[in-house]
Amino acid sequence: MNLKHSWIIATKDLKAIRHRRTILYTIVIFPLAISLLFSYIISYVYSVAPNTRVSDIAGLLDAFAFWFVIIAATLPSPIASYSIVGEKVEKSLEPLLATPVTDGEILLGKSLAAFLPTILATYVSAAIYMTLVDRTLYSVVGYVYYPNWEMVVLLFLLTPLTCLLSIELNVITSSKVTDVRAASQLGSIIFAPFIGLYLAGEIGVITLDTTTLLIISAIFAALAVGMFFLSTRIFQREEILTKWK
Amino acid sequence: MIETEGLTRKFGEVVAVDGLTLQVNDGEVFGFLGPNGAGKTTTVRMLCCLISKTSGSARIAGYEVGSDADSANIRKIIGLVPENVGLYEGMSAYDNLDFYGKLYDRTESQRKESNEYFLKMLGLWEKRDAAAGTFSKGMKQKLAVARALVHDPQVLFLDEPTANLDPESAKTVRDFILELKREKKTIFLNTHNLDEAQRICDRISILNTRLMAIGTAEELERTVKGRQTVIQLTQMSDAVVKAIERLSLSNLSYDGTRATFDVTDPERENPPVVRTIVQAGGEIQTVNVQGSTLEEAYLKLVKKHA
Repeated sequence: MNLKHSWIIATKDLKAIRHRRTILYTIVIFPLAISLLFSYIISYVYSVAPNTRVSDIAGLLDAFAFWFVIIAATLPSPIASYSIVGEKVEKSLEPLLATPVTDGEILLGKSLAAFLPTILATYVSAAIYMTLVDRTLYSVVGYVYYPNWEMVVLLFLLTPLTCLLSIELNVITSSKVTDVRAASQLGSIIFAPFIGLYLAGEIGVITLDTTTLLIISAIFAALAVGMFFLSTRIFQREEILTKWK
Repeated sequence: MIETEGLTRKFGEVVAVDGLTLQVNDGEVFGFLGPNGAGKTTTVRMLCCLISKTSGSARIAGYEVGSDADSANIRKIIGLVPENVGLYEGMSAYDNLDFYGKLYDRTESQRKESNEYFLKMLGLWEKRDAAAGTFSKGMKQKLAVARALVHDPQVLFLDEPTANLDPESAKTVRDFILELKREKKTIFLNTHNLDEAQRICDRISILNTRLMAIGTAEELERTVKGRQTVIQLTQMSDAVVKAIERLSLSNLSYDGTRATFDVTDPERENPPVVRTIVQAGGEIQTVNVQGSTLEEAYLKLVKKHA
């Protein structure tokens, strides 16, 4: 596999995404809104109850942190949908497939174009959230909560895996639909199980601690491998040219 | 340069291309004619290693079509202009070409040189920074042709390059193909346009799932019977009439100063007639062959299979 080819495709798609305002707004506004909202809630809690112990809100802080996984699951949908279905709509896949670039290189390039902005937006928003929460906690109780092991596992293991899973799901759904919106909506299905996990954490069915997050990461890694093989089977030039409608 | 032998492609039970055997020589412009659904695009896709063949074999510059090892090599030496041009509409004309140049591993200086050369040659240089989406159909088609040439391919596949273009744009694209012909590029031209095929192609094949005919335009025209030669004279003298009648021409008739007769091979049969008339003192104004069109040959061959 020639990684240079994948990078050329990824940079082309990243350039195109920069000109798509709706995608750009989604990438910037959604994570930023989550960071500001959650850090404001923590700040509000301490403004009305300054004696609250950090241990009392640890569950809430972990649940909030899990939202960055949800962001990583949600953001690739509009990007991957645009970059794959967009090629179908513009009918630009045939000339691309006639070049010496392999299917794997194209798929990797498309995946990188969705992965990089998602990870960047997630990390930036997580950094903003952690900074604002730590500032509140430090000024009130003289304690810094982040970064912690949960956040390390969450950001550096679960978030990339979730992003990867989301992209793979989008590749599969994009091959079955003809318009970007439908692909994006179908790709967003991945949002549902994460909300389920979040709610399970909230109602105490599971604890979103380091061990649980590692177990979830292991399951996601296995799923990502399986989905990768499925998506590469679907993303084949013959399938694309003769069956993609 | 291109060789196929019994090349076949089936989609389920439907046979799209049936046992295609042909040979395209190096530097030749080869026309591939056929009605919609005849298998022209499927053939091009098989030759460009975009879809697999069901049976048969094909080689491009000695590389085996369908072999994983050779597919990458084939794609390096071919350029494709598909039926749908498939440009990146949000990207500039220059960036569209540059993107493809990069995928063919061209250096920055090579890309710069070829992008400028083709954009200038096709009259798009002034519009190089404009988004391809703002271009007219003709400009898009020209850009797609340039895109297929950025890596200096040995073989160029053109799938209906002038379809849906206005006459002026179609002429520009045709002139460009003629320019490439002068540069001795091997060109495989899928087209519906018989006039275009006749004007551009060295040889033409007619496909209707199966290969119906192959040859030069003149050779294909000769397959049609019922052609007539009409000779217009300034004056029809008795001496001329007697001389013509001695030739035993088929279905000979006169209409004033005009003589008409059936021919099957006008290039071979007309010169002796003209010589006889001149020797008999006749003065010829015009010699026309009627009903000898490629269109008739095409329709006849296509109907024969349908």
